Amino acid sequence: MTTVAPRAPATPARPDSIYRSRDGHRSRKARNTVATSLISASFVLALVPLVGVVVFIVQKGSGVFGWHFLTTDIPFSDRDFGGGMKPAVVGTLLITGAATVMAVPLGVLGAIYLNEYGKQGPLARLIRFLAEIMTGVPSIVMGLFIYLLWVLPRKQNGLSGFAGALALGCLMLPIVIRTSEEILRVVPEELREGSYALGSRKVRTIRTVVLPHAAPGIVSGALLAVARAAGETAPLLFVIGIVTSTNTSIFNGPNTTLSQQIFRGATSPFVAAQERAYGAALTLVLLVFIFTALARIVTSLYARRSSAGG
Amino acid sequence: MAVTDTIPEQAPRPLVGGDRPPGALADRVFRALALGAGLLVLVILGLIIYEMTNQSLPWFRAEGFNAIFSDNWVPSAGHYGALGLVVGTLVVGAIALLIAVPVSVGIALFVTEVAHRRVRRPIVYTIDLLAAIPSVVFGLWALRALETPLANVYSSVSDALSGVPILGALTANPNPSGASYMTAGIVVAIMITPIITAITREVYATCPPAQKEAALALGATRWEMIRGSVFPHSRSGVTAAVIIGFGRAVGETIAVALVIGSSPRLTEQIFGPGDTMASVIVNSFGEATGTERAALIGLGVVLLAVTVVIGVLARTVLAGRQRRLGVA
Repeated sequence: MTTVAPRAPATPARPDSIYRSRDGHRSRKARNTVATSLISASFVLALVPLVGVVVFIVQKGSGVFGWHFLTTDIPFSDRDFGGGMKPAVVGTLLITGAATVMAVPLGVLGAIYLNEYGKQGPLARLIRFLAEIMTGVPSIVMGLFIYLLWVLPRKQNGLSGFAGALALGCLMLPIVIRTSEEILRVVPEELREGSYALGSRKVRTIRTVVLPHAAPGIVSGALLAVARAAGETAPLLFVIGIVTSTNTSIFNGPNTTLSQQIFRGATSPFVAAQERAYGAALTLVLLVFIFTALARIVTSLYARRSSAGG
Repeated sequence: MAVTDTIPEQAPRPLVGGDRPPGALADRVFRALALGAGLLVLVILGLIIYEMTNQSLPWFRAEGFNAIFSDNWVPSAGHYGALGLVVGTLVVGAIALLIAVPVSVGIALFVTEVAHRRVRRPIVYTIDLLAAIPSVVFGLWALRALETPLANVYSSVSDALSGVPILGALTANPNPSGASYMTAGIVVAIMITPIITAITREVYATCPPAQKEAALALGATRWEMIRGSVFPHSRSGVTAAVIIGFGRAVGETIAVALVIGSSPRLTEQIFGPGDTMASVIVNSFGEATGTERAALIGLGVVLLAVTVVIGVLARTVLAGRQRRLGVA
C-alpha cells in the first residue's frame, strides 16, 4: 500500500482557469464583485422568510395574545371568538417535558456507551450509524409507529399525552445521542487519565470528571432538541387525540398541543379558530425561541468559563 | 512479570483477582446500563421497521406491483396506486433543492470567506433560528401570507411561457389559490436551508488555509480562490449535504400538507395542486380504515426506506471524503 503514490490533494488553483482572462483584468475584478455580491445576497435572501414569519406571526397573533389567552380554555366551537390556549400550552409543556425526561438521560447514557466504552468497536459503530439513520426518519413516520405500537392495542384509551411523549422521545433520542457524543469526544483525555491515576474507577471518572466537564454542552444540545420537539406536529396528530379543556394528566385521556391547534386553526374555515391559531403560533414561537436562547446562553457561559479557567 | 519479586511484603493486594475492590459491581452495572441505552436505538429502529411493514402488508397484497408503480390513488374506489404521490414527493424535493442548495452554498461562503470573523457567530445563530421555527408555523405563514402573492406570480409566468415547448406544459394551469407543488417546494426549501448550510459551512471551514493563501498569493481574486481552492476541496462534502437535505425535504410533512392543495394524481404542472406521500398520510390517516390505512402505513414504509437509503448514501460519500483527506 505504501508504494501507491498519494493521490494529489484536491487540485489547487488551476492556473489555466484562473488566468483564462489575463487580458481582461477588469472582467476578473467584475466577476469577483458579482460573485461576492451574490454570496452576500444569499444571506439576505435567507433573512426574508425569517423576518417575514416573525413579523407576520407577531402582527396577527398579538391581537389575541396575552395573559387571558394563556390561562383560558379553548372554546368548544370553532365559531366562538375569545377563549384561549391554556390546554395547548399545558399539553405542549407536559408532553415535551415527559419526552425530555425519557430521551435525555437515555440519550446521554447511550452517548457515554459510544464514547467511553464502545469507542470504535463494531457494535458502537453500528449504533452510531443507526442513530444517524434514526435522526433522518421523518417525524410523521414516528407518529405512525407510535400509533401502531401504543395507541392501537389500547383502543380509545391509547390516545394520551404519553403516546405523544413517546413519539417525541423517539425523535429526540438520536439527536441527544449524537450531540452528547460530540461533546464527550472533546473532553480532554488527560482529565480521564488524571482521574484513573488517582485510583478512580471508570464509573467514578465518568461521574465526577467527564460529565461535569461536558455538562454545559450536553445541556445546550438537549435544549435544542427540546426546542425542536416542542414545535413538532406530525407525530402527535394521530396519537394524542384532542381536547378543549385542560388535561393535566399525561397518562389519562387525550390531550392537545399548540402545534396541533395551529394546524387545526390553519385548516379551519372559521375566523375565530384562525385567530386563535395565530395566537398559538406566537406562543409556540416564543416558547421555541426561549429554549433556543437558553441553549445559546449555556453555550456562551461555558465558552467563557473554559477560556477563563483555561 | 518479574517485577512482583521486588514488591515488599506489606505491598497492597493486587487489584485483580481475589476480593473485588469496591466499585467493581457499580462499574459493570453502569456499563450494562450504557450499553442498554445504546442498544435502544437498534431496538426502536427494528420495531419501527417490523410494525410498519407488518401493518402495511394488506396494501402490498392488494396492489402488488401497482402499489408504487401505478398512478391510481382513488380511495373512494378502493384503488391505492401511489406513483403520483411518489413522483409528487420527488418533485417537491427537487424544487426545494434547486432553491435551497445555491442559497445555502452562498450563505456558507458568506460565513466562511466573506463575513468578518466577529459577525460569523451571530450569522450562524440567525440561520439556526430559521431551523427553530416549527414546520406548522411556516405552513400557516405560507398558507395565509405567501399563497396569494405567489398565485399572481404563477399566473403571469404561466401566461408568459404558454406556447413554449416544455416550460409551457410545466407551468400550465396554475392553481388560482396558489396551493401547488411550487409553493410546497419553496416552503420546504426554506426549511432545509439551515441544515444544508450547516453541513456545507463545516466542509468549507476544513479547506486548508495554506491552499487558500497560495491561491491569493498567486494573485487570484476572492472568487477565483473560492473556485480554485474551496470548491474542489469540498465537492463530496457538499454532495453529502445535498443528499441529507433531500432526505429532510422528502420527510417534511405539515407545512407541505397545508400548502400543496391535495391532488394525488400524476402531473407535470408544477403550479397546480399535488400531493406528497407525507402530506397524504397527514390529510387522510385520521379517517382511514382497512386497505387505505394499510396503504398509508405503506407510504410510511416507503418514506422509511428512502431515509435509510439516503443515510447510507450520505455516509458512503462522507467516508470516501475522509479516506481521501486522510491520504492527502
